[in-house]
Amino acid sequence: MVQPPSMPSEQVMPGCSSIPGRDGRLVVEMQAIVKRFPGVLANDHVDFQLSLGEIHALLGENGAGKSTLMNVLAGLYRPDSGTILYKGQLVIFSSPRDAIDAGIGMIHQHFMLVPSQTVTENILLGLDQPRFRLKLPQYHKVVADLGDRFGLKVDPRAKIWQLSVGEQQRVEILKMLYRGAEVLIMDEPTAVLAPQEIEGLFNILRAMTDEGKSIIFISHKLQEVMTIADRVTVLRKGKVTAAGINTRETNRQELARLMVGREVLFHLEKEHRQPGEIVLTIQDVYAENDKGLPALRGVSLGVRSGEVVGLAGVAGNGQRELVQVITGMRKCDRGQVLLNGQDITNRPAGYGIQRGVAHVPEDRTHVGTAPNLSVTDNVIMKKYRQSPLARGIFLDHVAATHFANELKEAYDIIVPTVETPVRMLSGGNLQRVILAREISGKPALLVAMQPTRGLDVGAIEAVHRLLLSQRQAGAAILLVSEELEELLSLSDRTYVIYEGKIMGELQESNIETIGLMMTGTPLEQIRMGISEHV
Amino acid sequence: MDPVIILQAGVATGTVLLFATLGELFAERSGVLNLGVEGMMLLGAMSAFSIALTTGNPWIGLLVAMLAGGLISQIHAYIVITLQADQVVSGLALTFLGIGTSVVLGEGLSKAGTISLIPVFSIPLLSEIPILGTILFKNQSVLVYLGYFLTPAAWYYLNYTRPGMHLRAIGEHPATADTLGINVYRLRYFYVFVGGALAGLAGATISLAISPGWFSELTTAGQGWIAIGLVIFAQWDPLRAAVGSYAFGALRRLVLDIQGPTQLLGLRNPFYYNPYLGFYLQMLPYAFTIIVLVIGSREAIRKRLGAPAALGIPYIRGERGL
Amino acid sequence: MSEIETAQPNPWWKNFPIYVRFEPRLIEPPRWYPLAISLVAIVIALAIGGVIISAAGGNPFLSYAHIARASFGNIGVISDTIVKATPILLTSLACALAFRMRLWNIGAEGQFIMGAFGASAVVLVPILPPETSRWFFIPVMVLAGLVMGGLWGFIPGFLKAQFNVNEIISSLMLNYIAVSWINFWIFAVWTEGGFQMTPKFPENAWLPRLLDYAQTFPILRGLTTHAGLLLGIIAAIILWMVVYRSRWGYEIRLIGDNPRAAQYAGINIARNTVMVMVLSGALAGLGGMSEVSGFVHRLQTSPINAGYGFTGIIVAWLSKLNPLVVIPVSILFGALLLAGREIQPSGVPRMIQGIILVSLIASDFLLRNRVHIIRRGES
Repeated sequence: MVQPPSMPSEQVMPGCSSIPGRDGRLVVEMQAIVKRFPGVLANDHVDFQLSLGEIHALLGENGAGKSTLMNVLAGLYRPDSGTILYKGQLVIFSSPRDAIDAGIGMIHQHFMLVPSQTVTENILLGLDQPRFRLKLPQYHKVVADLGDRFGLKVDPRAKIWQLSVGEQQRVEILKMLYRGAEVLIMDEPTAVLAPQEIEGLFNILRAMTDEGKSIIFISHKLQEVMTIADRVTVLRKGKVTAAGINTRETNRQELARLMVGREVLFHLEKEHRQPGEIVLTIQDVYAENDKGLPALRGVSLGVRSGEVVGLAGVAGNGQRELVQVITGMRKCDRGQVLLNGQDITNRPAGYGIQRGVAHVPEDRTHVGTAPNLSVTDNVIMKKYRQSPLARGIFLDHVAATHFANELKEAYDIIVPTVETPVRMLSGGNLQRVILAREISGKPALLVAMQPTRGLDVGAIEAVHRLLLSQRQAGAAILLVSEELEELLSLSDRTYVIYEGKIMGELQESNIETIGLMMTGTPLEQIRMGISEHV
Repeated sequence: MDPVIILQAGVATGTVLLFATLGELFAERSGVLNLGVEGMMLLGAMSAFSIALTTGNPWIGLLVAMLAGGLISQIHAYIVITLQADQVVSGLALTFLGIGTSVVLGEGLSKAGTISLIPVFSIPLLSEIPILGTILFKNQSVLVYLGYFLTPAAWYYLNYTRPGMHLRAIGEHPATADTLGINVYRLRYFYVFVGGALAGLAGATISLAISPGWFSELTTAGQGWIAIGLVIFAQWDPLRAAVGSYAFGALRRLVLDIQGPTQLLGLRNPFYYNPYLGFYLQMLPYAFTIIVLVIGSREAIRKRLGAPAALGIPYIRGERGL
Repeated sequence: MSEIETAQPNPWWKNFPIYVRFEPRLIEPPRWYPLAISLVAIVIALAIGGVIISAAGGNPFLSYAHIARASFGNIGVISDTIVKATPILLTSLACALAFRMRLWNIGAEGQFIMGAFGASAVVLVPILPPETSRWFFIPVMVLAGLVMGGLWGFIPGFLKAQFNVNEIISSLMLNYIAVSWINFWIFAVWTEGGFQMTPKFPENAWLPRLLDYAQTFPILRGLTTHAGLLLGIIAAIILWMVVYRSRWGYEIRLIGDNPRAAQYAGINIARNTVMVMVLSGALAGLGGMSEVSGFVHRLQTSPINAGYGFTGIIVAWLSKLNPLVVIPVSILFGALLLAGREIQPSGVPRMIQGIILVSLIASDFLLRNRVHIIRRGES
């Protein structure tokens, strides 16, 4: 009978003496951690403490150093200086394996799973058992039992690529539990979940702390931190601004201030604007995804000039495919896409570009820019076919450089020269390059997918302001975002997509309704249901 | 033009391709593309022949060939794994290096004389089986029998063992393997070595068993490249690799034999009466490789399968967005 | 912010007193850096080559000195060097263009051969009678070379665009097929008295050479440099303008750097794949035509099958895919090939080419990363 490895008890880590901890109930204590990367000080003498059985949130905006700090704890990075105490003893992790063996497991924001292998294989990966021959059927049973014990139901025989994102997350948690992890670090775990699934996750977390596990919860979402965490530590630009304060003794405003350093507006001033003519019409579109499975099943929506239309939904419900169909990067099998009345269905991308379709893609580095080409080469990507940049079959190099410099000024792109290769730019600057390129063409339709992902608050505000100014100028904007707050504050109307179908359209921002739609309940049903429950 | 003889010889010739293909298959499964197979095969062929000549012992020649192939491939491994340079260009450079070095060091070998070969024998009971026994088990070299063993062993290793699972993981999603404590870099070095050693073995099989001697570049005549194409056709599966390799071996043999007899299927044999048409026959293996590639590539598109996901991409710890 | 770990992949180095750390560069290295690194790479390559030559029983210093003298010693040999460099120039341009788009055209060799075949066919079939005026003969042969080479480039290009067939292997296989093809024609159809070559071309089919003008300029006596050089230089200039100054060149560079971004920008990758491969093949084919018409004056296996296609790969890489830089670099390699013919052991030039390429790739690493040598004990 195969058993998961037994849980490690007090172990002395190789090569260190033991120092008695200050507080016997402290599971993890990080002291004065410093971590540098080329050009940036990610952690600046950071202290962090985790007590037994608590859920401790690590809060900060993108780039504050939270993931770095936890990557140090989880053994992925070596700190430049500072110490880590685990259960009162000094430890040095030289690899993630050491940390996991000690009992500290990290569940990353981007799942560390092998898509083509089964759940059980993923859970067994890297372990010494089984010795040589894989005897999967036995291990399938062990995994299933473990899942039952913690309420994490998943089919051990399934291949990862067949699972939903929520199920994949459960596999990740099981992976750590199988190895006897006592400390679980979760990096932005709710980014991929719908509001109802988030509730489910929180229940699982509470169940685990009841069993004696301790959890570190990395997030930049204030509301969740207030809901689930017992204590919170706030990081700003690599430094600690609040260490382990009790969530019951604080509020969102204070946390936001600690996170950003100044008063944060939670609602952008959005001017009233009367929307104009219909610019984009999508009628009954059907399309497949890369695996040949249906991704869009009869989607219809419309966007008018001078309005921002939001598309809400949990990642993987067809948003990506819809954006690709609109921008000509994916074929749709049925249905129509109309731009200002003209049929652009299944036309190549260049067709739409020439008629005023701008696209800010989800993937900045792999789709939106060419990393080794200069800033100039990147900003002319949409306009190089027209004058003044094009002269017959030639490219006017001087005009292109001039254009790039203009954009550099106007959009505040921080770069030594416009000849610098774009791979050297930070995330925020990269997004500015892309926005500069797309917006400077005075587009009729702007499709923006996850435009603020991974950016710090200053950059996020700048992006929002740019989007709203385009709305003022009369562009039709389709905004696809997983950040519900951002979506609702910017949008005039919101559609919700679930499994390739539109669940409904909302004018008012009601989180509960939207949450229900995001998990599959059509709007009419909700409206009928609410009248029952009220 | 006896089909049984052709198949029998084909199995022998195919063994060369089998070794090279399996070797490259392992390297590519770990995520590293090694285009230097032709160079390493030639190096193996030369060193095997040369050592066998000087020591009189073909087995030592065999071992040295495998070692030579494996060690040279480590140059490629260093460049693409540690220095993270482009795998295509590095592989090509390795080919030139291998071919050039083999030709330089192999100077004068072709006039050097004969050597004792790897022993050839028949397996007692199995060779009695009608037709199949003659093809597979009669008068075949030890290396051919090794091939019979290697194929299922590779298949079992890949799909049913823990190290095999790790191999698949580092080729599909190295970041995952890394966070779980698998040393992606070290394993890739290892499997590139395996690939090189098997390529060297393939070369040694030519010069010590199949077509003994040293014919400068013509010794391998592009078989290393065919092997790389066969890996794609095999969709990275050892069993399919074997099918492809033996089929090609038979094809090569057919091309040779078809020029012999005066009658072909009851008609005048055009290849006998005009030997120059033989040049067109020479094209066949290469043309077939292209066809096989088209089949393999179309299948990959259709089944949405394909290469190991991380093939050709250097692994950098900490880089997001894999 | 880049969060790239600087962990060492090779744990067994841990016990050395000093170790080396790599750090990705944040800013571009100075302009002269790539050139300096390439030179250092070549020097190291020559050193390694010298070691191997010694191991094989030769004398490296004598060998290298011989190369220098035999290639640049006097105006006669300089002319010979240029003659050797001309086909390399064209195949390198072919490779430089294709590699820009990350299309690995290893088939320049085969395209070269088919170009030579096409040009020869014009003379030997014969498509044009021997008395045709030179002003007609040459352009038709050029066209034939371009078309046959382009066709040979079209096949792998089409297969890649339609079926995503790996162009390295398909173009390589076509190399072998091309060799068999011309072997048939040389041995069976056009053979001169049973030898491995065709009859000599009529003089109207020869590209003009410098020595043709020795009447007017006695200094040109005996110089075999031919108009193929001119064709090559013109091609290089045109190619430079295309890649760096034209819209198409921009598209090619974009596809080469990030095909998904190119698709997003509305560029048709499949069409460009085919067009670039055809043009690349045509350039190599032109090289073949220039070799048979300017130098050999017949179709025979020896220089046609000399590996110019493969040398082109290395020259292109060494020139960092810049068409103008290709010109001097191919002359350098012409020298290597010319003098290398007489070096014992043969195969040395090929081996040195391989070593140079390896050093180059390894040195590219230094362009993208800074190297720190750190004493253990420091932080």
